[in-house]
Amino acid sequence: MSLAQSPPTGTSVRNARMVSALQRYGVLIALGLLILFGTLRYENFLSPYNVTTVLAYNSMFGLIALGMAFVIITGGIDLSVGSVAAFASVVAALLSPHGLWVALIGAVGAAALLGLINGAIIAYLKILPFITTLAMLLAARGLALMLSGNQSVSADYDHGFTTLGQGTIFGVPYIAVLLFVAFAIGAVVLRYTRFGRRVLAIGGNEEASRLMGLPVERTLLSVYTLSGALAGLAGVILASQFGAGQPTEGLGWELTAIAAVVVGGTLLTGGMGSIGSTLVGVLLLGVIFNVLNFENGRGTISLTVYWQSVIRGAFLLLVVILQNRLTRSRTAP
Amino acid sequence: MSEGTTTPPLRPPAPAPAQPGPRRGHIPLFGPLLALLALLLFNIFFTPNFLTAQTLNVNLTQVATTVIVGVGMTLVIATAGIDLSVGALMAIAGALAPMLFLNPPLGSPGLGVALAFVLPVLAAGAFGLFNGMLVTRFMIQPFIATLVLFIAGRGIAQVLTNGQLQTFSNKSFQVIGLGRPFGIPVQVILMLVVVALFTWVMARTVFGRQILAVGGNERAARLSGVPVNRVKLAVYGISGLLSGIAGLIVISINSSSDANQVGLNMELDAIAAVAVGGTALTGGRATIVGTLLGALIIQLIRYSLLARGVPDAAALVVKAGIILLAVYVQRQRR
Repeated sequence: MSLAQSPPTGTSVRNARMVSALQRYGVLIALGLLILFGTLRYENFLSPYNVTTVLAYNSMFGLIALGMAFVIITGGIDLSVGSVAAFASVVAALLSPHGLWVALIGAVGAAALLGLINGAIIAYLKILPFITTLAMLLAARGLALMLSGNQSVSADYDHGFTTLGQGTIFGVPYIAVLLFVAFAIGAVVLRYTRFGRRVLAIGGNEEASRLMGLPVERTLLSVYTLSGALAGLAGVILASQFGAGQPTEGLGWELTAIAAVVVGGTLLTGGMGSIGSTLVGVLLLGVIFNVLNFENGRGTISLTVYWQSVIRGAFLLLVVILQNRLTRSRTAP
Repeated sequence: MSEGTTTPPLRPPAPAPAQPGPRRGHIPLFGPLLALLALLLFNIFFTPNFLTAQTLNVNLTQVATTVIVGVGMTLVIATAGIDLSVGALMAIAGALAPMLFLNPPLGSPGLGVALAFVLPVLAAGAFGLFNGMLVTRFMIQPFIATLVLFIAGRGIAQVLTNGQLQTFSNKSFQVIGLGRPFGIPVQVILMLVVVALFTWVMARTVFGRQILAVGGNERAARLSGVPVNRVKLAVYGISGLLSGIAGLIVISINSSSDANQVGLNMELDAIAAVAVGGTALTGGRATIVGTLLGALIIQLIRYSLLARGVPDAAALVVKAGIILLAVYVQRQRR
């Protein structure tokens, strides 16, 4: 406990920075090794079909993780993303007869509104993020069930709605392109814009940011709205890819997103993080499940679908423990 | 956000907030009592057949599990922690019990039932200790530490049962959910025993004072010799044990165990009961009776809505609103 009690110093700042960098390279190397392993072991691992399937499936988690990265860098958390995505998938399916754009804008807008409510409660009523977003997890699920009448809603196939989730450009799924574009924008925003600086500053020290005159409340509001909107986009992709709005989907997605963000070297305590490594984290998780699927197919192991959440949990646990060990800095209870 | 859960490690330690002297540990139950009375009066006048033994029984049996889990949650929250895994631990206990009495060891049904009462609860307690270990030894924020089992725990229950619904009919096991000595449901008796026991623990024992000390100011508690880590381990363990008991009650009421459903959203119900009852989510203060009142209030609101034909899904949204309102009121009071 003596380590925990030592007051934070410049050394621990450098230490945390170093760990963050170490982890960023570590996760990239891990992804590289895993892909190498898969390529050598399975014939179809690098086939266009497998690669595009993995990318398309993980685009939903990726978009959610992108929003989560911004939230976590401010020192917050968003537990509502899974049910907000489910809610948006229902809204999108209901709007799908009016075409892709109406459904997209309507569903993302509705989800952003839920994110805005999260942000307003956290920023202005000062309720802890995990309580606020836990309540929103419940509320968004309730809204999704109400709108859908407790069942999945078939999407319209005749007015172009499913193009987003199922279409490709030069063989690459639209949603995979969307994923990479979104992360590129996210990385630029965090690094080179005033908004990005504010997000980092608030996570580093909220009180100091306020004293420096940064618009803390407004920034938090934007960050949670962004997280809601991206969860909404993931929901639209869900509905478009599988042709239905699914009010009960999205269980445990927040865990996947948090794990992806944390494994990428973003500290759960905020103030430090990388968008690029978050994408690597998402891909690492995606490839891990892909490899497990291949092994299942070969009969080496036989894991039922129920193992997924256990593995996700174990993964998050491992990463958080490692990160805490390495930074050797105290995280307040 | 300025409340500590997200305090970055790089920030110099803030001076501990001064504890309001006379109000320390003392929480006015006036507000929750008034709300409960108002709800009761409303239902007596506007809900047909409200004042019948059957309605009373329905409401009490439904609220019992929330109260039992809520008591454990109160202890955890009093140490400035949180336990999101309670629902998942209920599912694990609920998955284990039928395995024991459906395939009794040594072919003895009596032994099977006896073990079905004990082992699942102990298993849930062990998972609770695991949470506690993550929080104390690995210094992981409580909501992240328990988020792991929040998802993975339900996964473990599903893996145990292979996602299958286990149905059963076992009179001696189902006593815990269906027994009615003197017309009082067993789980209501259990609930009252748990409430009485922990009211005593919090008010009269060293352990109770230590819990409040840890939640009030952990550094100060550590410096004054309170075994902070042991206290925290214990509260997460207790929360696990109580969740295990609640899991057994739920499956015996249903005569079936569904790993996807047992204890779903229980963490929210329990946190809501704690917050509505007047325990501060920031730790250092706790009221077990308040949690009982809080759970009763939420149950009555739900019942009032359902009795008026409001769909369950809408009731979820209302519940979310109540949680936030209760937490907000808490903040204002400090």
